[in-house]
Amino acid sequence: MTVPTATRSQRWRVLRRSAAFWVGAVIVAVWIIFAIFGDFVTPFDPLGTPADVLNRLEAPSGTHLLGTDELGRDVLSRILAGSRQVLTVALAATLLGTILGTALGLLAGYAGGILDDILSRILDAFLSIPLVITGMLALTALGPNTLGVIVVIGLVFTPIIAKTVRAAVLSERQYDYVTAAMLRRDNPFYVLFVEILPNVSNVIIVEFTVRLGYAIFTVLALSFLGFGVEPSIPDWGLMIAQHRGFLTGGDWWPVLFPALAIASLVVAVNLVADSISQAFE
Amino acid sequence: MARFILRRIGLALITLALLSVLVFIGTQLLPGDVGRRVLGPFATQESVDALNARLGTDRPALVQFTDWIGGAVTGDLGESITFAEPVTSLVFNRLGNSAKLAALAFLIVVPLSILGGVVAALRRGKLTDRIITVGGLSATVIPEFVSGIVLILVFAVTLRWLPGTATAPRGSGFFTQVRHLLLPAITLVLVLFGYIARITRAGVIEALEADYTRTAILKGLPRGRVIRQEVLRNALLPTIAVVASQVGYLIGGLVIVEVLFSYQGIGQLLFDAARTADFPLLAGGVLVVGATFQASMLLADLAYSWLNPRIRLAT
Repeated sequence: MTVPTATRSQRWRVLRRSAAFWVGAVIVAVWIIFAIFGDFVTPFDPLGTPADVLNRLEAPSGTHLLGTDELGRDVLSRILAGSRQVLTVALAATLLGTILGTALGLLAGYAGGILDDILSRILDAFLSIPLVITGMLALTALGPNTLGVIVVIGLVFTPIIAKTVRAAVLSERQYDYVTAAMLRRDNPFYVLFVEILPNVSNVIIVEFTVRLGYAIFTVLALSFLGFGVEPSIPDWGLMIAQHRGFLTGGDWWPVLFPALAIASLVVAVNLVADSISQAFE
Repeated sequence: MARFILRRIGLALITLALLSVLVFIGTQLLPGDVGRRVLGPFATQESVDALNARLGTDRPALVQFTDWIGGAVTGDLGESITFAEPVTSLVFNRLGNSAKLAALAFLIVVPLSILGGVVAALRRGKLTDRIITVGGLSATVIPEFVSGIVLILVFAVTLRWLPGTATAPRGSGFFTQVRHLLLPAITLVLVLFGYIARITRAGVIEALEADYTRTAILKGLPRGRVIRQEVLRNALLPTIAVVASQVGYLIGGLVIVEVLFSYQGIGQLLFDAARTADFPLLAGGVLVVGATFQASMLLADLAYSWLNPRIRLAT
């Protein structure tokens, strides 16, 4: 059961009128399209061919619009293909954190007491360490792998999202429909997931978009630092790290263009997240 | 007030204890065979065993943990594998370098972002406000290695105004050192500006709408005096808490900025420790970072409650 809220349509109206939301949404959509269909639009093979080495570090031209990198690979193709790596890893990590966090938050809000206290302390402990450092530590222990990046970010997000969901559940519990369901002695899991969950979905959507921004940032930061990606996969963070030494020689294109790609994606995701939280809260 | 402080310190200690367990799990249990992880797959079993014996990682987990935590309490975090130096002195030396960089960044960002936040609030909804808010948000979310690399490209490589590395040559004077730290500090400023300006703006708007401000205006006080006396005094309270809470972010940002500008601070040290699988150094460094963060949050809360009479005077 959902409580019909008069404000729901208003929220979407606010969102639809927000210019920041549309600018962000269009840019994100473009990157998602490249992530899915990138293989069909890249002008050259993003992974490169042995013959490419002959064209290493060529400046942007008619053939290579954004130039070539240290191995002669087409920078534009690698940027287009690289959107897949960051988007899938960040999305998977955020989904993992949101699902675990929502389940934990619902339980904590419903059960209260000791589970609540434990959750808060674990959250504080996690938050004492910046996410990039937690990621570095875990990936050093586990060895570098993409799955590790997803699990680490997802697990750190879990208590953060759980705490927000818990607060929403607590304020939802005062309503009559919850009391009624509890008096009916409905199965607690039924009450939680069928009665309460739809009514806290706004909070979860907001958390998801905000966390997605953080996840993208963390994935790219870790790959810039050289943790968690295989060197052959086209990756924006790694592209910058591998070519920053060439800046002083005047070869700026293999660094600046991936940097602009990153900037456009993170700013767009955060514009969307920011508009959604303003409209929903 | 005393009860509040005691409770707050107690919570910080519990969190630290929990953190030390997490760090221990991450650096001594998760890697499995620590000696093997350090030396790699091609090392002989004898040398792996020898390293495990030297590091004490061949003992039961509980013994290792009590030994490590007992040492940490007395200031002994063991010895780094790669640097062959005590972890404690290594970490605190580098923490000092990072503090220089952080101090310069804060010196620039605090006045700038408070000014930006106040101006945005006073011009609420106008173009100036939009520029500061959207510009601040965008600068905040762009990763440090992106903004930093653009700064290097523009100011160090093209214009040649500032050095692109943070470490000044040995024995250079104060101003040369500051010049070298300027680009990394500005990179941090770009991230911090948006947060602090945003909280300041929200605080100022709330205070502008408060009853006491209306009373002050209605009683005929000049606008400048209303803003200085009534609005800013109340609005800057949350800002103080936010500035202090950014210390935590700052340490994470320092890893990237210090690696990008090759600066010998705590971030670079943790990065090196992770790259070389130097687990004792990594564990000690992360624990100190967590303790630093807890201490700064504690100070922020104390400063906030001392400045806020509603908390200070409560029993």
